[in-house]
Amino acid sequence: MEKKSKDLSRRDFLKTTGAGLAGAAVFSGSLAGLAGRALAAVEPPKLAVEKGAELRVLRWSPFVASDKDLWEGNTKKWEEATGGKVATEYLAWEDVRPKAAMEASVGAGHDIILGWHDDPFLYPDKLLDVTDVAEYLGQKYGGWEDVCLKYGINPATGKWIDIPMGGPGQAIVYRKSWVNEAGFDEVPVEMDKFIDCCKKLKAKGHPVGFAMGHSVGDGNNWAHGFLWAFGAKTTNKDSTPAINSPETKMALEAMKDLYENAMIPGCASWQDPHNNKAYLAGQISMTNNGISIYYAAKEKFPEIAEDTFHQHPPQGKNGPTELHLFDPAFIFAHTAAPNAAKHYLMFMLEEEQCAPWINAMRGYVTPSLKAYRDLPVWTEDPKHTVYRDCIKNMLPNGFEGPIGPASAAVMAEYVVVDLFANYCTRNMSADQAIARAEKTIARAYKK
Amino acid sequence: MAEPIAAARVPDQARFRQRLARAFDNPTFLGFLFVAPAELLLLVFLAYPFVLGLWLGFTDTVVGRPGSYIGWENYADLLEDPGFWLTVFNTFLYTITAVILKAVLGIGLAVVLNRDFKAKGLVRAIVLLPWIVPTALSAICFWWLYDATFSGISWALIKLGLIENFINFLGEPWNARWSLIAANVWRGIPFFTIGLLAGLQTISPDLYEAAELDGAGSWAKFRRITLPLLTPLLTVVTVFSTIWTFADFQLIWVITKGGPAGTTHIFGTLSFQRAMSGGHFGEGAAISNFMLPILVGCVLLAFTFLRKED
Repeated sequence: MEKKSKDLSRRDFLKTTGAGLAGAAVFSGSLAGLAGRALAAVEPPKLAVEKGAELRVLRWSPFVASDKDLWEGNTKKWEEATGGKVATEYLAWEDVRPKAAMEASVGAGHDIILGWHDDPFLYPDKLLDVTDVAEYLGQKYGGWEDVCLKYGINPATGKWIDIPMGGPGQAIVYRKSWVNEAGFDEVPVEMDKFIDCCKKLKAKGHPVGFAMGHSVGDGNNWAHGFLWAFGAKTTNKDSTPAINSPETKMALEAMKDLYENAMIPGCASWQDPHNNKAYLAGQISMTNNGISIYYAAKEKFPEIAEDTFHQHPPQGKNGPTELHLFDPAFIFAHTAAPNAAKHYLMFMLEEEQCAPWINAMRGYVTPSLKAYRDLPVWTEDPKHTVYRDCIKNMLPNGFEGPIGPASAAVMAEYVVVDLFANYCTRNMSADQAIARAEKTIARAYKK
Repeated sequence: MAEPIAAARVPDQARFRQRLARAFDNPTFLGFLFVAPAELLLLVFLAYPFVLGLWLGFTDTVVGRPGSYIGWENYADLLEDPGFWLTVFNTFLYTITAVILKAVLGIGLAVVLNRDFKAKGLVRAIVLLPWIVPTALSAICFWWLYDATFSGISWALIKLGLIENFINFLGEPWNARWSLIAANVWRGIPFFTIGLLAGLQTISPDLYEAAELDGAGSWAKFRRITLPLLTPLLTVVTVFSTIWTFADFQLIWVITKGGPAGTTHIFGTLSFQRAMSGGHFGEGAAISNFMLPILVGCVLLAFTFLRKED
């Protein structure tokens, strides 16, 4: 009887205030998490979790085992605390978008999707308003990184349509001994010095390699960041193409210089796995990638791991202009348990759950809430630190245009990747390559 | 009173059974009945998606949003899109070159395999292997063989002293195109070989004997006997191969995803990229629909020759 009444009273408490878990998180504070950091005392939104709620979650397959372990452990904690049930389906990360799109079209399927970039903006009217959860988390955890406001808030309504979970960040991964051999202490961040370093590496017999084929992650991230570093962009704020500019031509010339004088042959054919293989085989001295190369090396090639260091991607005079994989979590309006779904996402980003999850992933996923930049994972191994800034340094894809079906189409069409590939492989002149890209961008934003 | 009613029911049931028996004796009715399950599957999984695809091509349907009718706008936009014309070029180049090579090499191999030699059964089975291995798996193997850094082909040629550096198979547009054609040819030769081998087996050896008596050499026998008799079958096989090659997807998508810079996109891959990755279903459907006239033409040609064969 006592146990039953304790369970009932706890459930009643949750139902009426919705604050039990969030409150516990505020006052308990994980010492391994945000030790010493005073979190804002903010009231969580009152979410009466539906009795017997059953949630179906679709997320991308984890890149590391610890992600899945902690994610599922946290999910179980939520189930125990609320009495709800969660069934999580994992899918290859490239397949999440089409599946989520189908479900949005049909109006049935999963309740929560952990998607990519501008997915929520493809069907914003099919999603639940999560402003209360987003504002609560932002206020409590030091605010959202700037790019999260672009990916989270629907400008048409001013409401949050997704909760940014963070994203697998990229950095420049390099072999320090070879960089030293080329005359540098570390890879420079300034663009002109970066290119110089890459050319000197090739001169020493250690070329660099960056994906310029139809590589969904590495290729797009590299090409966009490089373009933006020269002050170029694909789109203006009013959705008109902005690619035809002197800045774009400068970016093209710089990339061609890299392609011909610094890169290993074949980069125009590289998809996502190629740079990992080439780096671990010792064929290249530098590439852009998530922290996975470092950890793969730790497991199988410890001497490479010891020599591997990380640096921010090259920047222009405007500072960091990076693109990374970005993971918004959104809830379909067709869910039968909207409060449970919102509560679940809020729970998963509370410190008690999120801090161990981020720590366990060892730098694979950069969080979107600023407070989590203080987690020990970013400093316990100095080689993790660069990845802490990925979301902070990030611009949204389609910058500076609006996020939506057009920005999604432009990235899916590899417009920026092909722009560089067309020029570097001498398939087209600079003007032709730019004209081709401009036409594609105009067509995408016209629809 | 129940008995007369029951007695009246018996003639009804008997009449029904008689009608049913007559229906089952009717070959037309029976024919429809036998094909009904297959027809239903084709209607649901082929005809409906096909008609829907045709319709989508005339709409501005985007993921998560129902589209509205926009007439020929998608098609007009595509005709002004240089990326689309590049895809048209790639598709025809890929199809015509690969099919010709498959036909020529397939005939040659069939003629060789038609001879009597030890273990010919085993050799014929081995020749079939490229065809029966799932396309995605063989595509992954070619992806490795064409790797700019780890290619087994480049490695072997370097060891033989024929080249000094690894070949950039997939990073240069024309290299990528020829590499994909080679992969397609490797996969498709068995279809020609086995089909034409069956045709060769039906040619009477007496014809060759008579030709030899008249002093005909190998080439003359091939040109005057083999080829003419094989032509109808060769046409059918070629048409089928053309349809499959034209509508290819897996090989290209696995190996290059249409890169570098869209120079290996064909209709299927471009349609997928724009519809599924980009979310523009209307545009993707319109790209697919461009294949329709060509494929229908091929099907009619094949059908004509098949009926002639009957």
